[in-house]
Amino acid sequence: MSSSSDRKHEDGGSQAFSRREWLAVLAQSDSDQLEILWNDQPSPPVHTFLRRPETGLALVRGRTGGSGAAFNLGEMTITRCTVGIADSVSGESIKGTATVAGRSRRHAELVALFDAVFQDNGLGPALRQSVLPALRQTRQRARAAQAAKAAATKVEFFTMERGR
Amino acid sequence: MYVAVKGGEQAIENAHALLAEDRRGDQAVPELGIDQIKQQMTLAVDRVMTEGSLYDRDLAALAIKQARGDLVEAIFLLRAYRTTLPRLAETRPVDTGAMRIRRRISATYKDLPGGQVLGPTFDYTHRLLDFALAAEGAVPDAPEAPQGDDGTMPRVSDLLANENLIETEPAGDDGAPPPDLTRDPMDFPAERALRLQALARGDEGYLLALGYSTQRGYGRTHPFAGEIRMGAVEVEVFVEEIGEAVVIGEITLTECEMINQFAGSKTEPPQFTRGYGLTFGFCERKAMAMALVDRALRCRELGEEATAPAQDEEFVLAHADNVEASGFVQHLKLPHYVDFQSELELVRKMRREIAEGRWAEGEAADVAAE
Repeated sequence: MSSSSDRKHEDGGSQAFSRREWLAVLAQSDSDQLEILWNDQPSPPVHTFLRRPETGLALVRGRTGGSGAAFNLGEMTITRCTVGIADSVSGESIKGTATVAGRSRRHAELVALFDAVFQDNGLGPALRQSVLPALRQTRQRARAAQAAKAAATKVEFFTMERGR
Repeated sequence: MYVAVKGGEQAIENAHALLAEDRRGDQAVPELGIDQIKQQMTLAVDRVMTEGSLYDRDLAALAIKQARGDLVEAIFLLRAYRTTLPRLAETRPVDTGAMRIRRRISATYKDLPGGQVLGPTFDYTHRLLDFALAAEGAVPDAPEAPQGDDGTMPRVSDLLANENLIETEPAGDDGAPPPDLTRDPMDFPAERALRLQALARGDEGYLLALGYSTQRGYGRTHPFAGEIRMGAVEVEVFVEEIGEAVVIGEITLTECEMINQFAGSKTEPPQFTRGYGLTFGFCERKAMAMALVDRALRCRELGEEATAPAQDEEFVLAHADNVEASGFVQHLKLPHYVDFQSELELVRKMRREIAEGRWAEGEAADVAAE
């Protein structure tokens, strides 16, 4: 399926994020960090809820043998939200959406808000450039630390020659 | 049969107050926080999420606190809470091949691409009580080693698959949703997808015992732990506004692939077969037991004679759920006064009749059995 979400939003540098990519970064970011970044904006847009934050379940699927037919593993909590803002240039309405793991309504709301503002023709490009690389870096740093600790437990087993 | 009884409201209320007091324990000792359970009782949280069939660390921790550490009770609480939430989505099948590895071991290959990564394991600990833990103290940071790649690793079973020495996993049709026992009651014979769902929610102790029984000769499957891996995977959900699947977060999973010997059949050449285990969180023992039982239950499709309990699909699956099992066992505590009164009357009557010499010995047992 081709969609607008595959389109990279050029930010004048090597850091370009499609909508799908920024939603992934936002969903995996800490809600507190998003809150701080949201409050850093000089004039955050006024928004309306098109769908208030709603918590429910997602049925998690795995694959037999890791690669075969799908089966239902269990469920996880998710929260979704949709907001609307007016574009700062054209005044057209923009929809921001979020589906995030967990039950934090504020997290879902913040992700939807950022998703909306990132699409704003006036505010979007600069905000994307200031927010997304920082969020991605935070996540990468945490992942690298975890991977480095796992890597420190990598072993070499030696098979001893026995009973000559 | 039990009958409804009235009364006892005050006693029940007081019993609940006593439960709350016992749960809290000595008030001079600081109260346990949900965050403490979430951070420091992680494996209990993982088990409750897996068998409660709901991935939410905060809710599982709360359930453990409320249940006073009774994990089967906590699992019940989580299952009950789950029914209050609407199901909003189904995820894309998670890609455990792209897992960010925290632990990954294989008992079949000494040298394998990516190496053996022990991770936070109890293996190789001496199982001696560590009295240092009885005193509070800071824990030093775990060492780090340079990590060149992103922490993902190839699958061990792919090494065998490259030589065609292991059965290929049938791909299945992603367009057709797999069976869901939370929506439709289990039906026998059950297809593998349904069995895996039931096993994933199944009681760890029960699956452990069944898996163990196959090792001891009751339905032997000659297993090797081909690969056990634990780490984080991204979860994707289709979002209508976007028109495609979007990552909504990460969850930790434990996966076990057992590799089992198989002599071959009329249609299949000798090759290795597979047993599969997958759990939420870090539930390694459960994942291994699940893989053993999954393989045992595949006896029919592999043309093996089903002779052992672990190969009896209906027996295994109908008794795997500890919420159902606990409920049915514990319902015996409910009033059975009328049932019991009638049986009591019957025993008394038989005794009387025997005393009066109306029956020959042994006949009483036949009557009671009727």
